[in-house]
Order: sequence, then C-alpha cells, then structure tokens
Amino acid sequence: MSNHETHESTDNVSPRKAVTRRQFLAYTLGGTTAFLAVFPGLPMVRFAVDALFQKSNSKDLVKVIAESEITNEPKEVKFQILQKDGWYESSPTLVAWISRDASGNIFALSPICKHLGCTVLWNVKGLNEYDCPCHDARYTRDGKHITVADAPLDEYEVEVIDGYVYLGNIIANRRA
Amino acid sequence: MMFKKVYNWIDERLDITPLWRDVADHEVPEHVNPAHHFSAFVYCFGGLTFFITVIQILSGMFLTMYYVPDIINAYASVDFLQHQVPFGQIVRGMHHFGASLVIVMMFLHTLRVFFTGSYKAPREMNWIVGMLIFFIMLGLGFTGYLLPWDNKAYFATKVGVEIAASVPYIGEYIAALLYGGEIVGAQTLTRFFAIHVFFLPGLLILLLAVHFIMIRRQGISGPL
Repeated sequence: MSNHETHESTDNVSPRKAVTRRQFLAYTLGGTTAFLAVFPGLPMVRFAVDALFQKSNSKDLVKVIAESEITNEPKEVKFQILQKDGWYESSPTLVAWISRDASGNIFALSPICKHLGCTVLWNVKGLNEYDCPCHDARYTRDGKHITVADAPLDEYEVEVIDGYVYLGNIIANRRA
Repeated sequence: MMFKKVYNWIDERLDITPLWRDVADHEVPEHVNPAHHFSAFVYCFGGLTFFITVIQILSGMFLTMYYVPDIINAYASVDFLQHQVPFGQIVRGMHHFGASLVIVMMFLHTLRVFFTGSYKAPREMNWIVGMLIFFIMLGLGFTGYLLPWDNKAYFATKVGVEIAASVPYIGEYIAALLYGGEIVGAQTLTRFFAIHVFFLPGLLILLLAVHFIMIRRQGISGPL
C-alpha cells in the first residue's frame, strides 16, 4: 500500500490530474440525475409560470353612448366589459369620463386616481377640474395632474362608429 | 405500566432512546435559564416563535377542512367556519391572532440575537438562515391575508402586488407571477392558497430544521 501512496503523490506533481474511477462514477451519476430531474421538473415549472406567457387579452371595443350626447363638459359613462380570469368570466362595470376637446375630438378618461387608486369625479369643488375625494389630487379636463398625483389620468382607446362612441383598452394619457 | 412495556418492546427492537435523548436531553446553560436570572426570559422568544408556529400549522390544517380557495365561495366558507362551526371562532382566531404573534415573537427573537451579538462567528450561517425564515414568515403573512377574500384582503393584495411591480425591470414579471393573470382574481386566490399551505410551509419546516440542527451543533452563545 505504501508503494501505492508514493505513486499517487508523484502523480500529483503533474499539472493534469487523471480522473479516477470514483470521480468518473460520481460525475456520470450526478449528470444522469440532473438530466432525469429535468423531466419531472420542467413541466411543473412551465405550469407555474404560465402567467408570464399569456397574451394580454386585449379588450373588444364596447359601445357606450351616442356621439351626439357628448359635449365639452365631461360626462360620466358606465359600461360593462367581458372579463376573463382563467376559468372565471364576469362582466364588471367600468367608468369613463367622456368629453370633446377644443377641436371637437372625443376623448375618454379613466377616473382611477394615479396617486393611490381612488375614483376621481368631475368638478366637485367648482374649479372645472377632476377632484379626488381621498387626498385632494386634482387634474385638468385633459387629465393632466395638477397636484398630489405624479401622473396624468389614463385614457380609454376611443372609436366613433356610426354615431356611437366605442371604448377599448386603457392606455397612458396622450393629451397631458 | 402499559406504556412502559410498549416502550421497552419497541426500544429493544429499534433502540429509540438515543433518538429522543438527542432531541430532548441536553443542558440549558445558567445564563439562558429564567429560573436563575429572570432577565434571561429574552432567550425564550425563539422557542415561543416555534411554539406559535406549531399552533399556526395545526390550526391552519384544520381550517382547510372547511375553506375553499375559490372567489365565489371563499368568503362564504370562512364566514361559515367561523360562525356556524362550533369553536370555529376559536380555531380561526388562533390562526388570525397567531399570525401577528409569530411576527412579534420572531422580531423580539431577532432583536435578542442582535443585541447579544449571537450572530457573530461561528454562528453567521444561522443568522442568515434565520433571515430566510423571517422572509418566509412575511410571505406566509402576505399570502394568507388574501385568503378570506374580503375587501381588506383584496386591496391589501392589490397594493402589495403593485409595490412588487414597481421593482425596476423585472417588476411586471413578478407581478404577473403573483397575479397568475392580469388582475387580483380567481387565479391569484388559488395561487396564493397553494403558496400559503404547501410551498412556504414546506420551505419553512426545512429551514427550521436547519436552524435547530445548527444551534444544537454550535450550542447557545455564551453569556454577555
């Protein structure tokens, strides 16, 4: 045995160490185990992270009001959308404040305050602004933030078809 | 008598005495024993955290006998188990108030370890494991809060996920993983339920085992 030990210690001097049988076995078994672990592992991981791969279901346009009813004064309009949440489908009611700008174009604002998510209302304080009841955030008629909030109110995509206003996805404000 | 006979019968065959001796039979140093110095009660917070954790696991197991993680029925099932089932108020009360108590005890335990300097070498790894346990406990609190599916639960989760979504670059992916969809909804509830009753408790028990094995290996830190 002592012969064997001396033999090994001289071997260590050489820069490239030979792989022993034991190491070879360990690497092979470890590699195989890792490979096999992928088969039960991958389906579970893909299963769990599916939300990352879901296409955001873009909302269909919803007919909400006749074009003729919209004036320069913002008007609160409630409408229902079809919402799919996995296996659960529902029709929540959304609110839009719709008005015309100076050149007569119709636009619709989402009343969700950009400060902390309360619901703003038009002209409660008589300032011709959107007011938030929670922390007194204020917005212009274009949705531009005046105080408290640090972003303008979101807009709905708007289309006017055959004299009716249709609303779509909520998008970042392009006016303010 | 009977118990002793049964115990001996098993012990002869499996030699179980060293097993439980290892777990239960060890000296408690004087400086951590409140019977010697009353101020040593600060050393009890870790054990109290574990005690309440055990109560959380047990009461939680019993709550799932009635609870369903479904947006139509979740609130009704909680209402039923609390108000219609005998002792429901007690069992849910244990889980509800215990949840806060765990955090309090764990925090006091952390303070004790910090101010006695027990986290220093050679116990650095146990401090890190303790921190992981801390965050798992917070995760349990966050996911459990949604399960009653009332207004408070809904908005707390909405705010919580929005905070997670504000992380630079990866925030929206974290939010999508937490939502399981695009809103706090049916898929969020089932997901939080799974995380709350399987994933985090499994991880917690594993880390607690590591925590306790390490404290047994290294012993309790010396007196100040």
